[in-house]
Amino acid sequence: MFWQQLINGIALGSTYALIALGYTMVYGIIQLINFAHGEIYMVGAFAALVFVMIFKMNIFLAMVLAMAVCLLMGVVIEFIAYRPLRRSSRLSALISAIGVSTFLSTLVLLIFGADAKGFPDHVFPVVQIHIGSAEISSLQLLIIGISALLMLSLEFIVHHTKIGKAMRATSQDYTTAALMGVNVNLVISFTFALGSALAAAGGVLVGIYFNAVSFNMGLMAGLKAFAAAVLGGIGSIPGAMLGGVLLGVVEVLGVAAGYSSYRDAIAFAILVGVLMFKPTGLLGQKIQKKV
Amino acid sequence: MIGEYLENLVNLVDAYYLQIFVNIGIAIILALGLNLVTGVTGQLSLGHAAFMSIGAFTGGILTIKLGMPFSVNLISSGLMAAFFGVLIGFPILRLSGDYLAIATLGFAEILKVILLNLDITNRALGLSVPLPNTPIPLPIYVWLTVLLVIAAMILIQNSRFGRALRAIREDEIAAETMGINTTLYKIQAFAIGAFTAGLGGCLYAHFIAYINPSDFGFSKSVDILNMVVLGGLGSIPGSVLGASLLTAAPEFLRFMERYRMLVYGALLVFLMIFRPNGLLGGVSVRQLVCKALGIKPRPRQSLSTDSNMEGRRVK
Repeated sequence: MFWQQLINGIALGSTYALIALGYTMVYGIIQLINFAHGEIYMVGAFAALVFVMIFKMNIFLAMVLAMAVCLLMGVVIEFIAYRPLRRSSRLSALISAIGVSTFLSTLVLLIFGADAKGFPDHVFPVVQIHIGSAEISSLQLLIIGISALLMLSLEFIVHHTKIGKAMRATSQDYTTAALMGVNVNLVISFTFALGSALAAAGGVLVGIYFNAVSFNMGLMAGLKAFAAAVLGGIGSIPGAMLGGVLLGVVEVLGVAAGYSSYRDAIAFAILVGVLMFKPTGLLGQKIQKKV
Repeated sequence: MIGEYLENLVNLVDAYYLQIFVNIGIAIILALGLNLVTGVTGQLSLGHAAFMSIGAFTGGILTIKLGMPFSVNLISSGLMAAFFGVLIGFPILRLSGDYLAIATLGFAEILKVILLNLDITNRALGLSVPLPNTPIPLPIYVWLTVLLVIAAMILIQNSRFGRALRAIREDEIAAETMGINTTLYKIQAFAIGAFTAGLGGCLYAHFIAYINPSDFGFSKSVDILNMVVLGGLGSIPGSVLGASLLTAAPEFLRFMERYRMLVYGALLVFLMIFRPNGLLGGVSVRQLVCKALGIKPRPRQSLSTDSNMEGRRVK
């Protein structure tokens, strides 16, 4: 029973982690809480739905294309809504992000309507695999596998490529990085592109897992992923992964223990509890404030 | 007697406009409270609606169960919200910046879920709130409260206490070095903000006559934050303007029907791009008024809001 729930939790948590990565990378570089990120996740799910239902594509191809759509969207949103505000107060950028979020969710509501849509049944063959007393479905394996693959690729990009080095430099010190010849605008666009593509993948996976895609799925998922990013220590990439998986597991275990009506509170209770004792999150670095 | 006279006065106004007018009043009360916390003290709160919900449910339950006079009821709602403000503020105001923001958001979500599971709040069904026990019509009550809150906020901002709060916003470490007990001041600001939110919530509950914990979620907190930032952080006239505009905007945009929230979202983005410090951020209303009247304004002594640096203050 416990192992079963643990597997369910890891599957759910991997998707939280995929969204949380976008939050944490953007925050690490421009200190913006990108509240439109949850909506990008939602648009990703809808894009894949359109590719599967209308263009009759294979789900994997649809997922890659949905990631491409969101990648582009992330870059465009940054260019229109955040770049002009880079030198203004951070709250102005936050409100701008909220504006984008309202815009996107309303747009999807107008196009697709208010009721939840589902992927067709045959989109991915679901087989149950028995491991001891626990059962793991091929879908859960897919979610965990794809999430792990994407996160490993991200680690590779951040630590072993030139643009990744530029990302790390920019997040350490924006001004100095610019002075050293790093094209910070390009780095920021690239960060938004990566984060949005990961969120889109998360959206598609959740869409298949729960077989429901709706215009308001981004809000709660976005908030929980943000909580996961902060739990792990905002700005820290391994922190976002750890935070996401941890929140997913605790949430599923909490529901299994009979607190299902408190489902949405569990993630935040953990978050607040951890922040009380470790104010910068689990893997966050303590910032020495200077006068 | 007076009540009857006022009632007739209120009935003269068209019901639709009256409703918008009262909603604006309630929004102003809420925005001013958040302005003190986020605008003046610089502590980003994403859970202001939680205090509103405490006020709404306290007020609603007191009216239903005890039928107390509305004025007592209103004050109790504010006090209850302030109590929760201190209770929540005490542990989390040690956190800084965005960690504080997410903690307020977290507490608000937890509170919402708890209220959705309590018997006294009628769980997810919500409460129907009867008419308040007062001879004065509610719209007048709302606007009296608005005036009182505006007056109180002006007094607070120009007092020693208000200057201390601004010092915390500008530089917390420097403020602490100057002998300001930052944690205590932040908790006090938080409690006052929660108190006004409680007042707003209680008025809201009795005016709308139906409350549900789900109405006070993240979106509501964000609505209030929009008002404060759009008006101009730390500016009292700004919060009043922001609250009035954003409450009236969906009504004015009603002719666009399904597209109005689309326009609303785009409008937020463009307003921020063209006025990043908010509509009245960095504008001294006093100077504008003096200029219009042709009087030379008296230079102000305090750390006032007329510098161009306004937008950079909240970090």
